Amino acid sequence: MASAQAPAGQSRAPAGSPLRRRIGRGLIVVAVAALFAGVHLSGSHVGEGLWPLVLGICGMALLWRPTVVAGGSGQSRRRTLREYLRRPSQLDAPRLITGALLVAFASAALLHAIGVQHSLGKAIWAVAIIATVLGLVMGPWVVRLGRSLSFERAARIREQERAELAAHLHDSVLQTLALIQKRAGDPREVAGLARRQERELRSWLLKRPDRGEGDSVATALERAAAEVEELHRVPIEVVTVGDGPLNGRLEAVVQAAREAMTNAAKFASSERVDLYAEVEPDRVEVFVRDRGVGFDPHAIPADRRGVRDSIIGRMERHQGRAAVHSRPGEGTEVELVMERGSSA
Amino acid sequence: MSSKPRVVIVDDHHLFRSGVRAELGAELSVVGDAGTVEEAVSVIREQLPDVVLLDVHMPDGGGVEVITRVGEECAAVRFLALSVSDAAEDVIAVIRAGARGYVTKTISAAELAEAVRRVAGGDAVFSPRLAGFVLDAFAQDAGAGSLNADQRAAEDRELDQLTPREREVLRHIARGYMYKEVAQSLGISVKTVEAHVSAVLRKLQLSSRHELSRWAVQRRLVSLDGP
Repeated sequence: MASAQAPAGQSRAPAGSPLRRRIGRGLIVVAVAALFAGVHLSGSHVGEGLWPLVLGICGMALLWRPTVVAGGSGQSRRRTLREYLRRPSQLDAPRLITGALLVAFASAALLHAIGVQHSLGKAIWAVAIIATVLGLVMGPWVVRLGRSLSFERAARIREQERAELAAHLHDSVLQTLALIQKRAGDPREVAGLARRQERELRSWLLKRPDRGEGDSVATALERAAAEVEELHRVPIEVVTVGDGPLNGRLEAVVQAAREAMTNAAKFASSERVDLYAEVEPDRVEVFVRDRGVGFDPHAIPADRRGVRDSIIGRMERHQGRAAVHSRPGEGTEVELVMERGSSA
Repeated sequence: MSSKPRVVIVDDHHLFRSGVRAELGAELSVVGDAGTVEEAVSVIREQLPDVVLLDVHMPDGGGVEVITRVGEECAAVRFLALSVSDAAEDVIAVIRAGARGYVTKTISAAELAEAVRRVAGGDAVFSPRLAGFVLDAFAQDAGAGSLNADQRAAEDRELDQLTPREREVLRHIARGYMYKEVAQSLGISVKTVEAHVSAVLRKLQLSSRHELSRWAVQRRLVSLDGP
């Protein structure tokens, strides 16, 4: 069994604590030595009762040690006996056998010392019967105790989860509802509050980790959209396909998209803005679209630097390209394309 | 469609049902509503509406359950899924159960009425987000490693892939284009756009791609963690 389990055991073996492993090996060596010494000495009558005791303690130490101190990588973790029996690790097998041998030998020696080896059969029967009776009498109680303990633990976990949920709802939803009641006269404000809360709750439900700036294109775009939406109170629908890590060039895309969203929110008087991003292995495309007033891209006044510098210029500086499709009355779409370089 | 489509609204939120009723009353004829799967089944059997507006999330099984129970016997009834959820697995599950489209509850009344008319006319309705999910699920490299291409019949492979044109149409929808605008941009007729979207819907429903929905979710999860 030990060899069959070895590969699995090896991966869980305490690679991080050579000291502990060395102690384990040392214990085995000491125990084996003690075993031989015990065999040798038990012939003479020196310390007849003492040796079995020492050997027994050594054996127990070997048997119990790995169940208490498990070799987690680095930190020690308590393992239950059951878990341990199900998955003995490589190192544990010889230790287990040695320990068991030691304890068996110690018991035999002890029995020999007090001179009951002749009635051993009867004694074993007696112990077995007593154990069975005790088991039958105590069994249900033990089972009930174990069950109530696990119930209690489950209840405690549920209570913790409930408290966490309540805390979250209190900090977020209830606060927003209170704000909405106060600002009931301002529909734009109310819609903005509701939307912000919706976004927050949604990401919480989807367990999307609230990451720091700059680790994936999709999260960076979503964050930029959320910020623009908050600033200008125009809903922005974000749809992304695929994803990938940010780099310098892609950050430029996110910045340009942000500028395009800001323009759409500020000037287009559109009811909503759509952002679509497709992250492919070799390139990233972003479209920002509104259904607002539109304009003539060829007639951008020279003083309107936003489109020219922040969108087109920025993309071109990073070897990307940007195009603005718009006609008066038909909304605007900004198209950003960037090949995915390996670095900035 | 010249006459008003007959609509049943299924949603466990009473406020939402009455809201939709009030908003759509002028353009559609709402012939019934239901707050539970049981009610929905009996109302749909009784009324045989053109379109059922179906909430994806309900306590006792949701939209998928309703479609499963009445979809076959009331084959003429079409379902349009409506949800606050963005979870890909929910959306794709209800589409695969037989819904002809999916829109989010934040959709404007005019757009919702248009979507209902479209579904009543036999077409499919994809929200930008659904188009995004589908593009994700049918990404070109998808599932290439999990199946041996030689073992799959040509038919299956056709179902497991989008044509370049379908992909282009979906990308436009994901960009927020309406069907009319897609048609204009691609230089095709609205009817052709509708045909492409219906073909995609069929693939989504019939594709033998193993556990499409779960896979799509995993892909999104994986992509969230970075490549």
